[in-house]
Amino acid sequence: MKKFFLTFFSFFIISQSAFALVKIDITRGNLEPLPAAISRFYMDDPAKFSKELKNLKLEEKIPDLISTNLKRSGLFNIIDPKSYIQSPSIAHMKPTFQDWALIKAQIMVSGKLVIDSKKRLRVEFRLWDVVNAKEIEGLALFATPNSWRRIAHIISDKIYERMTGELGYFDTRIIYVAESGAKDQRVKKLAIMDQDGANNKYLTLGNELVLTPRFNPTAQMITYMSYFKNLPRVYLLNIETGMQEVVGDFPGMTFAPRFSPDGKKIIMSFAKDGNSDIYSMDLATRVVEQLTSHPSIDTSPSYSPDGRYITFNSDRSGSQQVYVMKSDGSNVKRISYGEGLYGTPVWSPRGDLIAFTKIYRGNFYIGVMRSDGSGERLLTQNFYQEAPSWAPNGRVLIFYRETKAGKSGVGASSSLWSIDLTGYNERKIKTPTDASDPAWSGLLSK
Amino acid sequence: MNYVKHQLSLIILREVKMLKGLRNSFLVIVLGILISACSTTATKKTVGAGDVYTGTDTVKYLATGVADRVFFATNSSKLTAAATATLDKQADYIKSSKISVVIEGHADERGTREYNLALGERRANAVRDYLMSKGIAKASIKVISYGKERPVNTESSALAWSQNRRSVTVKSK
Repeated sequence: MKKFFLTFFSFFIISQSAFALVKIDITRGNLEPLPAAISRFYMDDPAKFSKELKNLKLEEKIPDLISTNLKRSGLFNIIDPKSYIQSPSIAHMKPTFQDWALIKAQIMVSGKLVIDSKKRLRVEFRLWDVVNAKEIEGLALFATPNSWRRIAHIISDKIYERMTGELGYFDTRIIYVAESGAKDQRVKKLAIMDQDGANNKYLTLGNELVLTPRFNPTAQMITYMSYFKNLPRVYLLNIETGMQEVVGDFPGMTFAPRFSPDGKKIIMSFAKDGNSDIYSMDLATRVVEQLTSHPSIDTSPSYSPDGRYITFNSDRSGSQQVYVMKSDGSNVKRISYGEGLYGTPVWSPRGDLIAFTKIYRGNFYIGVMRSDGSGERLLTQNFYQEAPSWAPNGRVLIFYRETKAGKSGVGASSSLWSIDLTGYNERKIKTPTDASDPAWSGLLSK
Repeated sequence: MNYVKHQLSLIILREVKMLKGLRNSFLVIVLGILISACSTTATKKTVGAGDVYTGTDTVKYLATGVADRVFFATNSSKLTAAATATLDKQADYIKSSKISVVIEGHADERGTREYNLALGERRANAVRDYLMSKGIAKASIKVISYGKERPVNTESSALAWSQNRRSVTVKSK
């Protein structure tokens, strides 16, 4: 079956010197992107490189992808490489900082490719603080020619982490539902891609309706809902082996699944006789626990990162609102009190915030609030958008948006978008087909 | 699509009213006035209680005079008088022809996906419960919710949404 972890790699830090004085403050709303120079990498002793490897032009592709990643984060402004005057090897070995200061770079990234004595490809990079004239980060990674994108993502994460003080999110994947066909007979397939849209692959054929895929913490398993044999149920899929199984033995529809933060349980809704309640199932013991028991609709559950609490939406008050309870189902408390309806709460990996969808006066909003319901902030408004999912660092949200359709569904489309927690840097994420229900993986190299 | 054939023009008056004492809920009242371009005199039809669809476009028939679907108000699974009248006919037909049925529950596209799955299930069960109260055996009724996944009218309009908030009774194979 499909192997997503084709490439073996390992890494070690070659140097880590004094604390960086150049820092990006990402808690401020409207920030000034940090001017950064990403030098070309170079081949150390090109004679050792095979022709095929040379043809890959990794000394260009890796820094280009690092530039793209950093630019897309909205936190970095990449200075045009045409204005770099130092050769990649001098930049890497002993840069003249004045030259980089002249083009207003505050940081500079350099790197080289080495074929070592065991004929392995090693990629080294260094991050330089131009203002203070010193190296602030360095890393060497073993790569296979196929793994160069991941190498560039890991380096991007290192730079992001060093400059922001927060974890990166570039070495991650997105699972989503690829959509095609008319709106009343939509064909839906599970699809997986890198966070930047590369390496798109389909995991199902589209024979049955599939909805709401979500990763486990190691990003090797997915839980999702499928209408296989017209029985809507929660499934578990191992994306490395392709093995699939129904979760539990419920005499009715199960839906809205998510993993617990330790990956040991699946939490979901089970609908019976017109009433949806929240259940959890331990994947090892198969023990099922009913967590809510209320004649209202209780669904869209999401654990807090410490696993102690669950947020969900319920219409027990008469309208759809967001609630928090302990993970054993006790102490149910409503937390959304603004105008309108609130749904799809999802707990930030940092634990401080809950992202949600708000429906108000015919518009859909993605917003965040603290887990006690205070500090509500709406990040984006649209005709239809929902289902936010957090990047592993809790800084960026991904969600999907649908357009307003004309007669006979003309103009209907569905696409993935990301937005920074600050409400800035809203971006469409390119997918080969229409797309919905995105979920972000954790960092793959952690 | 039937509604296209009839070239209906639609005037929607949408009024958002805050409910007294329920500061956090609001009621959307949608009045759809359908003017048929085909007839010489324009006929007015208001969509009934709340925003429940009362027309017959999109409706199919299990047998002569036995409509296959009933419609619901936004976020509601309450059966209207028109719905129970339809379901009375369905019950008679199911009994006399001894068939089994699947009740499909559907929602419009104006809710979150997961909530809509639950809402569709609630609607389908409201229909099932009513049919059972009319003497249909539980064993001959299955329910399935499609949430917002299978609209019958794919336009994004108040009329389409009212046609999509439905349950459909289908003969099972």
